[in-house]
Amino acid sequence: MTDTQPAPDLADASTPSGTPLLRLTDVHSYYGHIHALQGISLDVFPGEIVTLLGANGAGKTTTLKTIHGLLRPRQGRIEFEGNDITTMPAHDHVKVGIGQSPEGRRIFSRMSVLENLQMGSYSRKDKASLNEDYARVFELFPRLAERRNQHGGTLSGGEQQMLAIGRALMTRPKLLMLDEPSMGLAPILVEQIFSITQDINRQGTTILLVEQNARMALGVANRGYVLQTGRIVRSGPGPALLEDEEVRKAYLGG
Amino acid sequence: MTTAVQEPSRTARISIDRRWNTPIGVAIALVVAYLLLVIAAGPQAQDQFINALTIGGVYALIALGYTMVYGIIELINFSHGEIFMVGSFVCWWLLTTLGFSGAITDPLVLIPVLVLTFVVSMAVMGVVGVVIERLAYRPLRNAPRLAPLITAIGVSFILQNLVFVGISNSIVTIPQIIPNPELHIGPINIRLINLFVIVLAVSLMFALQMFISRTKLGRAMRSTAIDREAAQIMGVNVNSTIALTFFIGSALAGAAGVVQGLYFGVTVFNIGFQNGLKAFTAAVLGGIGNITGAAIGGFVIGFIEVLASAFGYGRWSEAAVFATLVLVLVFRPTGILGQQLADRA
Repeated sequence: MTDTQPAPDLADASTPSGTPLLRLTDVHSYYGHIHALQGISLDVFPGEIVTLLGANGAGKTTTLKTIHGLLRPRQGRIEFEGNDITTMPAHDHVKVGIGQSPEGRRIFSRMSVLENLQMGSYSRKDKASLNEDYARVFELFPRLAERRNQHGGTLSGGEQQMLAIGRALMTRPKLLMLDEPSMGLAPILVEQIFSITQDINRQGTTILLVEQNARMALGVANRGYVLQTGRIVRSGPGPALLEDEEVRKAYLGG
Repeated sequence: MTTAVQEPSRTARISIDRRWNTPIGVAIALVVAYLLLVIAAGPQAQDQFINALTIGGVYALIALGYTMVYGIIELINFSHGEIFMVGSFVCWWLLTTLGFSGAITDPLVLIPVLVLTFVVSMAVMGVVGVVIERLAYRPLRNAPRLAPLITAIGVSFILQNLVFVGISNSIVTIPQIIPNPELHIGPINIRLINLFVIVLAVSLMFALQMFISRTKLGRAMRSTAIDREAAQIMGVNVNSTIALTFFIGSALAGAAGVVQGLYFGVTVFNIGFQNGLKAFTAAVLGGIGNITGAAIGGFVIGFIEVLASAFGYGRWSEAAVFATLVLVLVFRPTGILGQQLADRA
């Protein structure tokens, strides 16, 4: 871990070195007067799955919104591939390679499945590889292919989650941010979503995963960060966090 | 942050109607309207029918702007009627500056002049709409809803005042450049100007429908209307998309202004108030946020006005329009083609 990381580290050995894909340095964000992020520093290295854990209101979604430019930090610095993106407008993030499946899925309900996926490729100039990506999304989520002409709003919760991930993949991201992809889904679907997340990662996409389902999330992650009221209180490799006494008590029910 | 406020469920959005029964409904409504006109006006039924389609087309063109702007930023843009009014003055200014005073019989002159008038008025009003959005509405985008609404009413007064002081405080006449022979197409007798207005209005609506349903920018508009933040995540520049919506809506009102000039031959600084109100009614009647609904609503109001006159209650036509609005909203609060509210699983 680098010296910008103040939280206690559980294992330095497994922390990758080199240039991080994403680096947050002492980021502070506010909702009005509420100091929601109180100095977040974290790194995501190419090829990793990194999990952001925390209870309701800890600041997980706020962190993703801040990374994505939907919320501008008052202090701190956000770098992507070494470039400062702290003040980049939200709509330019897909162009540098940041894709997101937001909390609550946020699919376009009155647009068809296909149109939702087309929105994912909205900013792309490489028309040639588009068909390849449609094929990839439909291969990962065959249900979406079956329902391509159906309105997004008519899909089941699991299908909407698939659509949200598929839509984010259509941006061809270097970094895919998934915000609570397991929320409200049946256990079997949760497992499916996590295994697809690993597939996507194996195909070369770096993943920043926000979850409340700590056991599943740490199970698939290379490293994790634990957020508490806007601060990072723990960080380290996934398995080490799973063993950590504090983490067990707070998120795994003892 | 999982406690973040969920986006409130919204009832309006820019949408297009794809239901199979809409065209059938429209056909039945037209037949019923025609039969009513036969009862009321007898031999003049056909003329009245065409008249209703013509003024309905004008209302529909204005209504589209109300519905698009409401769909994307949930603002009832009360200055939209004034855009229509200024558009009619652009038409007046252009035609009198070019030195025309009556019908142009040479089609080689008439057609370019018409194209020029429409293009100039639509472009000018489109830009005016974008400027108004930028100066008056964008700074208030996150303010309580009442703030932009009052601002819109203010903008409306400013535009009226500018024309009142700067151009004319009374009715101005606009040169009637379209010659007015009656055409006989099979059993139909129609004046050239009516045919022109109806074809133009329907073509513009069709083009808008295609633009919104088939193009990338159309998808950007719809996605922004549904979920602004999600659209941004996909790379949509929300500010320019909203500006584009104002441009298109205002350009259509500009076209309606030219039609006003060419068809009625007069305009006045406060003409936008009443026409704007009726067009807004058309948008609500059709189901606000619904493009097809606004178009249908416009024609419905055209027919109600003409029917009221045909039955001898011409002075009650405005009351009839708003009585219909109340009746429709009592039984269908979301309008004729209203949105299904629960579409978010």
